[in-house]
Amino acid sequence: MAKLKDLAAMEDRLVAGHGMCLGCGIPLIFRIVLRATEDPLIIANATGCLEVCTTIFPRTSWNVTWIHSAFENAASTIAGVESMYKALKNKGRIPEDKKIKFLGVGGDGGTYDIGLQALSGAMERGHDIVYVCYDNNAYANTGGQRSSATPLGASATTSPEGTQSPGKLQRKKDLTKILVAHNIPYVAQASPNRWQDLYKKAQKAFETEGPAFLNVLCFCPTEWKYDESQGIRLAQTALDTCVWPLYEVENGKYKINYIPKEKKPVLEWIKPQGRFRHLFKEENAWVLEEYQKQVDEDWEELNKLAKL
Amino acid sequence: MKKETWKELTIGTINLDAGNSVKNLTGTWRSGKKPQFIEEKCIQCFFCWLYCPHSAILVEGDEVKGINYDYCTGCGMCSVECPPKEKAIIMVKEEAKLAEGDAE
Amino acid sequence: MSTLKTLNGNQAIAEAVRQIDPDVMAAYPITPSTAIVETIAKFKADGLITGEFVCPESEHSAMSVCIGASSAGGRVMTATASQGLALMWEMLYIAAGLRLPIVAAIVNRSLSAPINIHGDHSDTMGARDSGWIQIYSENCQEAYDNFIQAFRIGEDLKVRTPVFVGLDGFIISHSLEVIQVEDDAKVKKFVGEYKSVYPLLDTSRKMTVGPIDFTDYYFEHKRNQMEGIENAPPVIEAVGKEFGQKFGREYGFFEEYRMDDAELCIVVMSSAAGTCKDAVDELRSDGKRIGLLKPRIFRPFPHEKIAEALKKMKAIAVLDRSSSPGAFGAPLFTEVRSALYDYAERPHIVNYVYGLGGRDIKVEHFKEVALKLEKIAETGKVEEIYGYINLRE
Ligand SMILES: Cc1ncc(C[n+]2csc(CCOP(=O)(O)OP(=O)(O)O)c2C)c(N)n1
Ligand code: SF4
Ligand code: SF4
Ligand code: SF4
Ligand SMILES: [Mg+2]
Repeated sequence: MAKLKDLAAMEDRLVAGHGMCLGCGIPLIFRIVLRATEDPLIIANATGCLEVCTTIFPRTSWNVTWIHSAFENAASTIAGVESMYKALKNKGRIPEDKKIKFLGVGGDGGTYDIGLQALSGAMERGHDIVYVCYDNNAYANTGGQRSSATPLGASATTSPEGTQSPGKLQRKKDLTKILVAHNIPYVAQASPNRWQDLYKKAQKAFETEGPAFLNVLCFCPTEWKYDESQGIRLAQTALDTCVWPLYEVENGKYKINYIPKEKKPVLEWIKPQGRFRHLFKEENAWVLEEYQKQVDEDWEELNKLAKL
Repeated sequence: MKKETWKELTIGTINLDAGNSVKNLTGTWRSGKKPQFIEEKCIQCFFCWLYCPHSAILVEGDEVKGINYDYCTGCGMCSVECPPKEKAIIMVKEEAKLAEGDAE
Repeated sequence: MSTLKTLNGNQAIAEAVRQIDPDVMAAYPITPSTAIVETIAKFKADGLITGEFVCPESEHSAMSVCIGASSAGGRVMTATASQGLALMWEMLYIAAGLRLPIVAAIVNRSLSAPINIHGDHSDTMGARDSGWIQIYSENCQEAYDNFIQAFRIGEDLKVRTPVFVGLDGFIISHSLEVIQVEDDAKVKKFVGEYKSVYPLLDTSRKMTVGPIDFTDYYFEHKRNQMEGIENAPPVIEAVGKEFGQKFGREYGFFEEYRMDDAELCIVVMSSAAGTCKDAVDELRSDGKRIGLLKPRIFRPFPHEKIAEALKKMKAIAVLDRSSSPGAFGAPLFTEVRSALYDYAERPHIVNYVYGLGGRDIKVEHFKEVALKLEKIAETGKVEEIYGYINLRE
């Protein structure tokens, strides 16, 4: 297993001077992911915080080949790049031994919602690409609107809490499961606080022949409304409450990568975050119960799948 | 910074100057607090490097050597994640901050 | 060896694709362009082409794949129509903004609602400000010839702009015609090797492509983009001439038919121009001094040349196969009329919308237009500047 010292000695592919917020989880995810391959890399990035905060012209934080075309099509854009690579190899216009890795990147909006179709298509077609979703549970770049990854009860600007509403009324979509249903070789959920796990998963994803998908929890102090120094702690709480289980599905085989010693109540995840504050009003108590119930059900099901 | 005319720009909106955002000094965003590195307490675990969103941990050779205040935004993540009981990075008050946001 | 083959428009485009063998072809089926996509797929299945064929889950993704592939550094084509082009709309601007010389065969078809699978120009006219070069074809031969030339035009280093080649849905795409198919090797040679400009696959150059601009750069980048399409006219001309030298069929910005001593003129594009030629012949034999101007290049619009060709007319009718609801006339009309504005003595000019959703336009309709033009020329009065042809009123 790589040591952090060695990783620190590697060249940064995403450098300083970007405009992401204080305490943002995105750069931490990509510090690890972009080091998980030493091969040349081409990234297609969907519109969102990462894209906007790193490429304000004439500056760029990318020290790697990078393209942005639109919000919903990082998967099809990188699929196009990969197709050209294959074509030119076939035609002998690039050397047979030239290795390049292809990475599509999007937020939950660009992946769970508007980009789901393009992602599904690219995965089904079997392009040799890796897709990483950084799931910060909201359309953060545009000011914190709901996405289908926003959890039940969270207040977002398009699912605001109010006298007649406890915030988002719907349960979070389980995108990872949808990707598993594509029967692609590698699907995993990860989180930046378990860096070794994330690093290994990214390595596996890059080494996979054919499509691989990583769904990575990404804390966002701005939209989740917590003390910005606490992101890694909060991510740990997401794992300990089983709100965000770490697991991987390799060629259809489930494996849970983190089992909390003692499963904590979802309340511990909810308490520090301002987006859930209203859930402590009496009339919203049912949301807390419902959230806990959903997490328990999902965790139980995942455990069953892992035992198969 | 002189801005290009339309004729001087690379076609296709391409930016050929990889990684030039290092000229944006995000340290100017810091307000009120900053991390302080206490070398004697450091166990060289590199967690601060790993968890600094703004690449503001100074690494020389294979050792963490301190904070690069040009980029440090004062978020406090490094201090929270620094493992020693008596932290090797503590957050301290800061009065003045950098005036310039740009290395050019 | 050049051979005569009986092909419909879709087959003619597919034949050109086989000969050119682009590096990546990404397309989604939609009537009436489906056969192009199917034929390419079959070529690939039979080993007749070596490029990658990608069949994405939508036209939006098809254009996104084209954008990724073209940025990667190679020759790229697609084909679509109507709703498919409409679904690509967002990405059309991005392809043009990134200066990617993608070539798209557009089998022109009407737009919903109501849904209709037949030919009109609503699809490409809707995308007329997307930054793509637009070439229109009268028949299968022109579709084939234009498609081959499109790569040379779009890929020219001064141009580097994507290109639409339009052919009318069903009328051309599904009509058999005996056409001259040129020798494979000669077509390949004419199109030439693809030259990459800032290819992503050259990973030694760590570029950022498609960044975000604020108010301080967007305008300059857009102006920089426009230079590409503005550089196109001399290239279009040179490529059209060279095509003529190599293959015997020369092309320009537009075709003038019996315009020599004409006083009246009908301006119409694509397949309807063929019918119009018959009408002009009949009218000429009746002694009418009428001609036809058939624009081939709609973007960049050859305004000076068209104005020069039309300025001496007494009356002009511009026929549009699309409408621009609420505008002062349909797209081709507004261009032609505006091109003539700088002349002190301007011809009378009227606009007729025809053929929406594949509605026929026949010789008799052109004759009716000619009658109206004659009357305008005689009286010097325009009673209706805007009207419709073959519509139940
Ligand atoms: C077609 C389209 N619709 C809407 C937008 C506006 N938009 C840009 S980014 C964004 C939200 C991005 O959310 P997400 O993918 O979760 O990334 P994040 O901002 O959270 O990093 C939206 C709605 C757009 N750019 N394009
Ligand atoms: S809004 Fe959230 S995700 Fe976006 S840059 Fe800020 S902290 Fe990061
Ligand atoms: S306070 Fe934040 S920005 Fe500054 S060094 Fe620590 S982690 Fe980095
Ligand atoms: S986290 Fe603390 S102990 Fe670890 S390297 Fe950084 S300063 Fe040293
Ligand atoms: Mg998001």
